[in-house]
Amino acid sequence: MKALFLRDLRLAIRAGGGFGLGLAFFLIVVVLVPFGVGPETEVLRRIAPGILWVAALLAALLTLDRIFALDWEDGSLALLATSPLPLEAVALVKAAAHWVTTGVPLAVAAPVLGILLSLDGSVAPVLLISLLIGTLGLSVIGTFGAALTVGLRRGGLLLSLLVLPLYVPTLIFGAEAVRRAGDGQPFGTPLLLLGGITLGACALLPFASAAVLRINLKASA
Amino acid sequence: MLEGVEFSVASGTALVLRGANGIGKTTLLRTLAGLQEPLAGRIEVPREDLIYASHADGVKAALSVEENLAFWAEVYGRPLDGAVFGTFDLEDLRGRLAGTLSAGQKRRLGLARLGVADRRIWLLDEPTVSLDRASVAAFEGVLRAHLAAGGSVIIATHIDLLGEAEVLELEPFRAAVMPETADEAFL
Repeated sequence: MKALFLRDLRLAIRAGGGFGLGLAFFLIVVVLVPFGVGPETEVLRRIAPGILWVAALLAALLTLDRIFALDWEDGSLALLATSPLPLEAVALVKAAAHWVTTGVPLAVAAPVLGILLSLDGSVAPVLLISLLIGTLGLSVIGTFGAALTVGLRRGGLLLSLLVLPLYVPTLIFGAEAVRRAGDGQPFGTPLLLLGGITLGACALLPFASAAVLRINLKASA
Repeated sequence: MLEGVEFSVASGTALVLRGANGIGKTTLLRTLAGLQEPLAGRIEVPREDLIYASHADGVKAALSVEENLAFWAEVYGRPLDGAVFGTFDLEDLRGRLAGTLSAGQKRRLGLARLGVADRRIWLLDEPTVSLDRASVAAFEGVLRAHLAAGGSVIIATHIDLLGEAEVLELEPFRAAVMPETADEAFL
């Protein structure tokens, strides 16, 4: 399992791995918002949590289809499926690798971009923590979507349609925690619920991902 | 696709699958490997002793030859034995990125996975495609050594490999009616 994790990290960082793609997309979207909305600090501060969260969510979506597609194309996935690694572990490890290469950089960059949107400095820790927790959930849910669409040509669009509705609870509680922190209200409850969603996804979805991978592998001959 | 196929393979022996394109050699091997389930019948194979080599090599272009093999060695819980590079004639290519290899070299790298995994039963699907004559001969030597060590090989191939091995011609087992494939995936 460690070998697979390290391999996926290495592949993501090397040429053609798509590392930084999500991060660059995130930067651009957030920088574009003040141009569209106008420079009023008060308006920007109010919409900042939502903008940061929606942008992070879309950025995480960008690289989802690579989770299994490359291993599918070169045959590694079938070989992994017949190897001693359980497919459930493969799904979980791949989600974790996606989180480390996509979610964590997003979460780290978000407080810096928050300054662009006149977000209060005191909100930065909550923003960071909520994104760290939330993007792990997004990666695990996204891995399930990637497993569902793995054999499909041009499955990326279908993947977005399948996964985005599943991202709604994470988005609601994540952005809510940041908003409350900005208003000086207690933000523990949304953060806990966010953690609950992520933990639930981590516990259940690898099994679902493995099941659909098996079906997809069966159908491909 | 196939119907009524029956065979057993003892340790130390090989079985060569033969038949026209599309008859179901790959399907049979995938079924043995556990990627598909048979529509009917029984398979008795020790899953933990199997290793399957498909048409595709499962080689990562962005990793070096050594990194590719080290990954599979760790997946199969084995130390990476340096001798395998010599066996599959990869010694000079160790540090090269797999993406820069030729088709035949890539194939040798894909087959070297068999050497690092140390499994008893090898399921091979057209392993000699894109190999040159010398490499085929070398690979035949690897197969013989594996058989001599008590391993077994089930191999689908069109060339004359392992002349002494038992041959299973699949043509007589062609199923009269192709089964419905639409629901097959969800059985």
